[in-house]
Amino acid sequence: MSASADVHPLRESRFDWGRVVLNVFLPIAGVIVALLIGAIFLLLLKADPLAAYAAMARGAVGTTFGLTQTLVKATPLLLVGLGICIAFRANMINIGGEGQIIAGAIMATWFPLTFHSAPGWLLIPSTMLAGFMAGAMWGFVPGILKARLNVNEILSTVMMNAIALQLMNLLLQGPLMDPAAVKQGTFLAQSAQLPHQVWLARLVPRTLLHSGAIVALVFAGLVYLFLWRTTIGYAIRAVGLNPDASRYAGINVSTAQALSMTLAGGFAGLAGVVEVIGVQHRLLEGLTSGYGFTGIVAALLGGLHPLGLIPASILFGGLLVGADTMQRAVQVPSALITAILGLVVLFVSGAALWSRKWAARRMTFQHPESEKSSP
Amino acid sequence: MSGIFSIAVVTGILNTMMGLATPFLYAALGETFAQKSGVVNLGVDGIMLISAYAAFYVALISGNLWLGVLAAAIVGLGMGLIMSFVSVTLKAEQGVSGIGLYMFGLGMSSLLFKVTIGTVKTVVGFPQVKVPLLGDIPVIGPIFFRDSLPVYGAFLLVPIAWWVLERTTLGLKIKAVGQNPAAADSVGISVDGIRYFSVCLGAILAGLAGASLSISQLNLFQDNLTAGQGFIAVALVYFGGWSPFGVLAGALLFSVVNSFQLWMQVLGAKIPSSVAVMLPYLLTIAALTVTVNRVRQPAALNKPFERGES
Amino acid sequence: MKRVLIVVAVLFAAAGMLFAGGSTEKASGPAMAAAKPFKIAVVMPSATTDAAFSQSMWSALQSIQKEMGGESKLELKYSENMYNVPDAAAAIRDYASQGFNIVIAHGSQYGSSVQEIAKDFPEVTFAWGTDVNTFGMPNVYAYTAAAEQGGYVNGVLAAKLSKSKKVGVTGPVEVGDAKTYIDGFVQGVQATDKSIAISKTWTGSFSDVALMAAAAKTQIANGADILTGSSQSVVGSIGAAKDNGSVLWFGTQADQASLAPALVVASQVYDWTAMLKDIIAKHKAGTLGGITYTLTLANGGLKIAYNPGYKLAADVKAAGDAAIKGITDGSIKVNP
Repeated sequence: MSASADVHPLRESRFDWGRVVLNVFLPIAGVIVALLIGAIFLLLLKADPLAAYAAMARGAVGTTFGLTQTLVKATPLLLVGLGICIAFRANMINIGGEGQIIAGAIMATWFPLTFHSAPGWLLIPSTMLAGFMAGAMWGFVPGILKARLNVNEILSTVMMNAIALQLMNLLLQGPLMDPAAVKQGTFLAQSAQLPHQVWLARLVPRTLLHSGAIVALVFAGLVYLFLWRTTIGYAIRAVGLNPDASRYAGINVSTAQALSMTLAGGFAGLAGVVEVIGVQHRLLEGLTSGYGFTGIVAALLGGLHPLGLIPASILFGGLLVGADTMQRAVQVPSALITAILGLVVLFVSGAALWSRKWAARRMTFQHPESEKSSP
Repeated sequence: MSGIFSIAVVTGILNTMMGLATPFLYAALGETFAQKSGVVNLGVDGIMLISAYAAFYVALISGNLWLGVLAAAIVGLGMGLIMSFVSVTLKAEQGVSGIGLYMFGLGMSSLLFKVTIGTVKTVVGFPQVKVPLLGDIPVIGPIFFRDSLPVYGAFLLVPIAWWVLERTTLGLKIKAVGQNPAAADSVGISVDGIRYFSVCLGAILAGLAGASLSISQLNLFQDNLTAGQGFIAVALVYFGGWSPFGVLAGALLFSVVNSFQLWMQVLGAKIPSSVAVMLPYLLTIAALTVTVNRVRQPAALNKPFERGES
Repeated sequence: MKRVLIVVAVLFAAAGMLFAGGSTEKASGPAMAAAKPFKIAVVMPSATTDAAFSQSMWSALQSIQKEMGGESKLELKYSENMYNVPDAAAAIRDYASQGFNIVIAHGSQYGSSVQEIAKDFPEVTFAWGTDVNTFGMPNVYAYTAAAEQGGYVNGVLAAKLSKSKKVGVTGPVEVGDAKTYIDGFVQGVQATDKSIAISKTWTGSFSDVALMAAAAKTQIANGADILTGSSQSVVGSIGAAKDNGSVLWFGTQADQASLAPALVVASQVYDWTAMLKDIIAKHKAGTLGGITYTLTLANGGLKIAYNPGYKLAADVKAAGDAAIKGITDGSIKVNP
């Protein structure tokens, strides 16, 4: 796969099995260390760690329902993570996921409510497309601001997140509020229920698992093909690895950056769509559930690779589902769960060091006369 | 909307702005140090939360506000050490480790609050202190010189931070490490050491930001007290172009617009409340599009340093 | 990468097999032998310490537990901060399958979850609020609070007490019982004294205490001498009133007198205990659902808790009591 040209912005190493193994087991090791520390907290709270973690494992994968819940949570993690992957490959940090999910969710509510007589086979794909575009727009703004005006994307996405949240509030307080709730005088912060034909099919009866999971899997494959088998994808990766060399090679760096943020927004928006038409069947407060941030964690767990994201999002989804089951079983405050998950993220992000050291050592060993390895 | 620009209203807007800007100033100035040395710390909100809890709890049981401030600083330092260890020594992906720190701080603060206090209580926080002479100047006095000590501290911190960064060797080292760690390393500056220092300093200041909320401005602690202000503080560092005075400008802009929109609502302006609440965020982005951003970020920002790697 | 997938899948399957000790969903029988405790579980969207919505339900449950004789007679379990609806659905389903007699879904967003899950557990009572819809199902109770009623009474009291003739409202988002409470408050003020100016500020967040405090400060700076508001972040407004020292506060959802003992005039308190006891009794008698409960001043679900620490003038209290009586006997109609 490696080219021999001297000024080549990308040099792929041969497929490194050791690195792959490390990339899989290190995160798991990080998770285990964090859970061990969590066990100390559990003991301090007079809860039984063994019972707690048994409940966690059982909750995530020990029952049919638990397993489907894991996949239900993995779906938006995967979609958001795919977007994060694309952005990260162009060296852009997208923490605007929350706002982009909301943008997609708003569109996924307004669109079917407006075109409520369209048949399902038309309404579902067009809603997904509309939601993707809405999210893409929410990612495009920070992207173009970075590309044209050098506005840092962390700054613009933090602002866009808040704006999206207020936009949703605005709509839920007024035009999108459920007419039934208004009539009954409850004024709940939710939209009318979406027409049945746009609801995603449930894959397993009496669970929440919906066909959005399959959509997410398909997109994971498509994103892989996009990044590794198309010129645009190549440009995005090149810009991330070596912007100066890419520029020299004729790639428009700012366009690639803006595009990557736009696509990242689109996938986060798609996550919002899928949550609305697959799970909630209406727009309501709190539907982002922090996926805009946890999607970033999933992306890292997956090695920033679209296919690696699949097991990573399932693992992380299982962790989230299992943590809730644990809370129910031993009745610890939910805040402990958040703290333990934070430790998981800290440890897993720290564990990546060893994988990088391994990769660096292998590269210098195999290519003693090569240029310095890229970080 | 008549009377929106009467003296009383303008004074009120600016006075509210001072209080709103205080936590942003502490946290953003701290983050400026961290980022100048090359480390992005997205966990600032989590540090603010757990330090706010620590300050509140210590003040509650001891009755001494300064002990509370000390507690906040110590807890902030602890969180800073965690972040430094993971991001500098273990060279983690900083965006992600920051989020982990945030979740940890958020969870621990709520957990400790629930277990040790359990219900919302209040303390008597830092009182308003009038600066002699200056506080009596008409108009200006009531706005700027009748606040609490933490507010004064935040604003005094701006020139101090500037002075440290621009006029001391420490500041030079911090900037060098953030601009060109390899070169700094080669002249004997400990890159990791300086980064540890900057991140911890930033975390201590974030801790003070938390304390300014729980024992000065709001005088209580509740779950998720900061409601995301830490993230805005990080964003303000970019807005300010990594300069303390730029950060001040950003914090003031954001806070004054926030204060203004509240006044607009109180005076009965006919715009939807959600749009009013959006204004500070919209205007911050607008301000950026208008002021062309020539400042380049520290070249080594968000890049862990390994000797032998470029 | 495919092999990575397989490795992880195998790991998960192994973990699952290790721990999947027969804990599949089992239908539970109704509460049998007298020795077994009655079991109630509650799923809430915010923390039990939120000084508002969730805390009011949790403290009601705890006081009932005490009355019934403690843990051995009434087992309580909770899940808090369940703002993610699928997570809440998993919790509701989990508790139902563990044999809980009553599962309380204390959040209006849990409606569709309750609708789906209740079908699968016909012997479990599901109580869902705040809403009025029982979906026509025999094992679902719905409950809501007519917050506008207490809002009206507070409004009457506020109108009588305001010297500056300016009253401020600091609210989160204009939805749900925040909206209905404040709408009732406005009606109460206007019915008592039309010359009073009411200013409303909405902060756009249920948790941003700093912004709520700033909103309250702004109201005070504008001349308001009475404040009210809703949501857990309203502790910020109360703090601002305290800082000022002479601004009075009216609360809702919980008794907020302890937060500012000299300044809180009265709070509308949600008392779920009567409703909960009724649901427990009905469940034991075999009626598992089908009724909508509304907390009102008339049935004692809503109480106006006058703060003993604040000296309320006799004629003002009389006006407040008259308002309560009027709403109770129907002569005063408050629109939500």
